[in-house]
Amino acid sequence: MILSRRTRIALRAAMVAGLAVVYLPLLLVLLNSLNRDRSFAWPPAGLTTQWWVRAWQSEGARSAVLTSLQAGAGATLVALVLGTMTAFAVQRHRFFGRQTVSFLVILPIALPGIVTGIALNAAFRTVLGPAGIGFGLLTVVIGHATFCIVVVFNNVVARLRRTFPSAEEASADLGAHTFQTFRYVTFPAVRSALLAGGLLAFALSFDEIVVTTFTAGPGVQTLPVWIYANLARPNQAPVVNVVAAVLVLLSVVPVYLAQRLSADSPGGRL
Amino acid sequence: MAPPPTAARPLRRAASVLHRRAGLRLALLLSAPMAWLVLAYLGSLAVLLLSAFWAVDDFTYDVERVWNTANFSTVLTEPVYRAIALRTLGIAVAVTVIDAVVAFPMAFYMARVARPRTRKLLVVAVLTPLWASYLVKAYAWRVIFSQGGVLDWLVGPLGLSSPGYGTTAVIVVLAYLWLPYMILPVYSGLENLPANLLDASADLGASAGRTFRSVVLPQVLPSVFAGSVFTFSLSLGDYVTVRIVGGKTQVLGTAIADNVTLNLPLAAALSCVPVVLIVGYLLAVRRTGALESL
Repeated sequence: MILSRRTRIALRAAMVAGLAVVYLPLLLVLLNSLNRDRSFAWPPAGLTTQWWVRAWQSEGARSAVLTSLQAGAGATLVALVLGTMTAFAVQRHRFFGRQTVSFLVILPIALPGIVTGIALNAAFRTVLGPAGIGFGLLTVVIGHATFCIVVVFNNVVARLRRTFPSAEEASADLGAHTFQTFRYVTFPAVRSALLAGGLLAFALSFDEIVVTTFTAGPGVQTLPVWIYANLARPNQAPVVNVVAAVLVLLSVVPVYLAQRLSADSPGGRL
Repeated sequence: MAPPPTAARPLRRAASVLHRRAGLRLALLLSAPMAWLVLAYLGSLAVLLLSAFWAVDDFTYDVERVWNTANFSTVLTEPVYRAIALRTLGIAVAVTVIDAVVAFPMAFYMARVARPRTRKLLVVAVLTPLWASYLVKAYAWRVIFSQGGVLDWLVGPLGLSSPGYGTTAVIVVLAYLWLPYMILPVYSGLENLPANLLDASADLGASAGRTFRSVVLPQVLPSVFAGSVFTFSLSLGDYVTVRIVGGKTQVLGTAIADNVTLNLPLAAALSCVPVVLIVGYLLAVRRTGALESL
């Protein structure tokens, strides 16, 4: 398709303008974390690094980060196991209800977080409550794992689609038993897909707020919940700004890792 | 060859049983995930749906397990809830249209104009903000829309002012948040467009504009629908962004959240509205063949 010079220039302008709109709010977050003024008067009267020091010392922020890491690790682990099992079942077997299984895996992320959140909340209260298990970190992990399964599933299914069972058959012909074949042939083939899926699952869990709100116990505050709770407190606002800036800076890490991990699609499969 | 040590024997025997019986393998693979998804997830949804048919005591706010459909008739007939549902739908449609209009030229530039090296960089540039915290992005816009904030400072000299917190801010912020979800499918749709189709169109004398209308657009439309699944469903269910930049704006998400503690049955009935809309939209979009390009 031969585009006129003017069309090309217009398209480039749209691209530049679009990226500018995408990145300016993020730059604003970085700048605001250095704003000397407590109420973020714009433009900032001066810059300071004192909020970064205060954020580093903030107990609330530290324990929230720890809780988020724990919840993310737990949810990722469960999602890796369940997502991989489902992916192998769907991709390597033909059975009645195969489509339904794929649909069931996607459902928790397709429905609004608040619906998943209050559904789990109601179920935990009626089922776990009488059993003496209250809301806590465990319920958060259960909630997060439920919607994280799909990203592991998608990554592993995509990988299995491109690897053929002939290597596994060859391994069996050479005398390896099922577990050896899995360990030495199948697992290495899907390893990077597992890493990419696990990374996405962890990021999804780390960023989640709605399901967390409805499944967390009173003492359990993940980082997003902590940020949300402290947004309205003028006293905490500068610290929240620093945490926000750190999260913006850290978003480069998973993109870099995902880029190196999976050659098939940038950033893994959503 | 020496017989394997005794410890390895049960393992080998289990392996050979598994090897011979594909049905058993499948059953073992599916058992744990299905137990989780059906029991923990579908079970929870069933509990929620069931509680929509219960009532709440007017004085104690206790849930009474009396079977009735009053909650659904409240949701369907109360003008307040109808207005909220229509407003949410309007927001979701507006966000989807804005994202499609903004994403298309960007995706087109990435897929068809930029050099391969630049293209890779642009994909990463579009993708990276997805990893930055959702809450942080919404919060950044709260600062932008605030009174005397960045937007006021930016457009003030032109005699304009920030619209403040409200429905407009919600639409802008949601469109901002979900933009990458629209760009990426449209980009891959445009990238997969065979070059010879475009050449053929040009050879037959079509101008760039005509090729765009008659060749590019029909081919890429399913990708736009694929992207719209994200923008539409995510907007319909959102409530945190609305709380942050929406001011007093009520949408389905906030209405559900407001009722959870005091009137769970009503919240449950309300949450059927976005679910029905989303499932309906998914079914409608599936007919265009868009879901295969996800």
